Amino acid sequence: MLGPQSAFVMYEEELNQINEVLNKLLRDSNSKVIFLVDKNGQLISAVGETENLDTTSLASLTAGNIAATGGLAKLIGEKEFSILFHEGEKDNIHISIVAQRVILVVIFDQRSSLGLVRLRVKKASDELGRIFEDLTQKTEEQERSGQSQSPFAEITDDDIDNLFK
Amino acid sequence: MSFINYASREINCKIVYYGPGLCGKTTNLQYIYQKTDPTAKGKMISLATETERTLFFDFLPLALGEIRGFKTRFHLYTVPGQVFYDASRKLILKGVDGVVFVADSQEERLDANIESLENLKDNLEEQGYRLEDLPFVMQYNKRDLPNVSSMEELRELLNPDGVPEYEACATTGEGVFETVKAVAKLILLELKKGG
Ligand SMILES: Nc1nc2c(ncn2[C@@H]2O[C@H](COP(=O)(O)OP(=O)(O)OP(=O)(O)O)[C@@H](O)[C@H]2O)c(=O)[nH]1
Ligand SMILES: [Mg+2]
Repeated sequence: MLGPQSAFVMYEEELNQINEVLNKLLRDSNSKVIFLVDKNGQLISAVGETENLDTTSLASLTAGNIAATGGLAKLIGEKEFSILFHEGEKDNIHISIVAQRVILVVIFDQRSSLGLVRLRVKKASDELGRIFEDLTQKTEEQERSGQSQSPFAEITDDDIDNLFK
Repeated sequence: MSFINYASREINCKIVYYGPGLCGKTTNLQYIYQKTDPTAKGKMISLATETERTLFFDFLPLALGEIRGFKTRFHLYTVPGQVFYDASRKLILKGVDGVVFVADSQEERLDANIESLENLKDNLEEQGYRLEDLPFVMQYNKRDLPNVSSMEELRELLNPDGVPEYEACATTGEGVFETVKAVAKLILLELKKGG
């Protein structure tokens, strides 16, 4: 397990794999938008009709939503609610937890259905789970071999001060 | 827990504003929001009660610029300060990279500050963090009011370890940017160490 302090790292290779899975899910489930968020509210990826969407806000609220329902779950003796579903007049949101650490959000309208989304999400979740397992392993290996070399290892006080000009 | 994205060359960090009810956490974020260039900020989200008390959190995404080709983004959150929202406070603290404690300088809020700071330590410990190990800065807010405790007294009770501290008036913005810069800087220095 990664400690509470260590960073969550994403590499190009894994992000490409993730986007492949998300794009396939988008097609197979006939949905409008799909995004992946880490449990702390950081957006990992978004595919579909994202142009008019404030994905940063969506990511933060989704994480808040999952955190709040997770709190509710604990209070009644459940580990977590792994799926949430919100039904709107036109659009619906299907939210599920993948690999215990990331949140998969699917927005769909009448062109799709809850049944179809559920089915396709299940398959995509397995694939995403595997990618995140690889990612965790990769991060750990890099850390162990000491070559994780944070891009910030070399920064100077000047670099930081320049940010705040 | 910061999020380093090599694919998009971005780094995201989470800053949490903590402190007793009505100390001015939301006002800090509102001031930053108002004074930040539109290109550098996202929407500010406030989940609040009808009387403007924070119910779950405020959220403000800030983009600071680039370091070594990486875009640095900070996600600012406030917790609800009212005592009975403790469950929500614990949730907001998850994955935190740096903490700002906003103290209410008014004499009659001294106990509330101490209690809230203890609550912060407890809630962090529950998640395996120690406040001493985190980037942490102290803000003494509402210095404009007449009935404030002396800086000596506040320092002794709230900041015995001598973390960076700032006097502030969040309504006029005094000390607000100094505070957020200080905690952002500590976070970046932590990343430099390879945290
Ligand atoms: N005089 C003065 N008033 C302030 C200052 N900062 C905040 N206030 C006022 O204090 C009140 C509460 O401020 P908020 O920012 O909502 O407080 P909060 O810490 O977010 O409170 P909760 O959401 O309940 O935890 C508001 O009326 C602010 O205008 C300050 O520096 N000086
Ligand atoms: Mg508030």
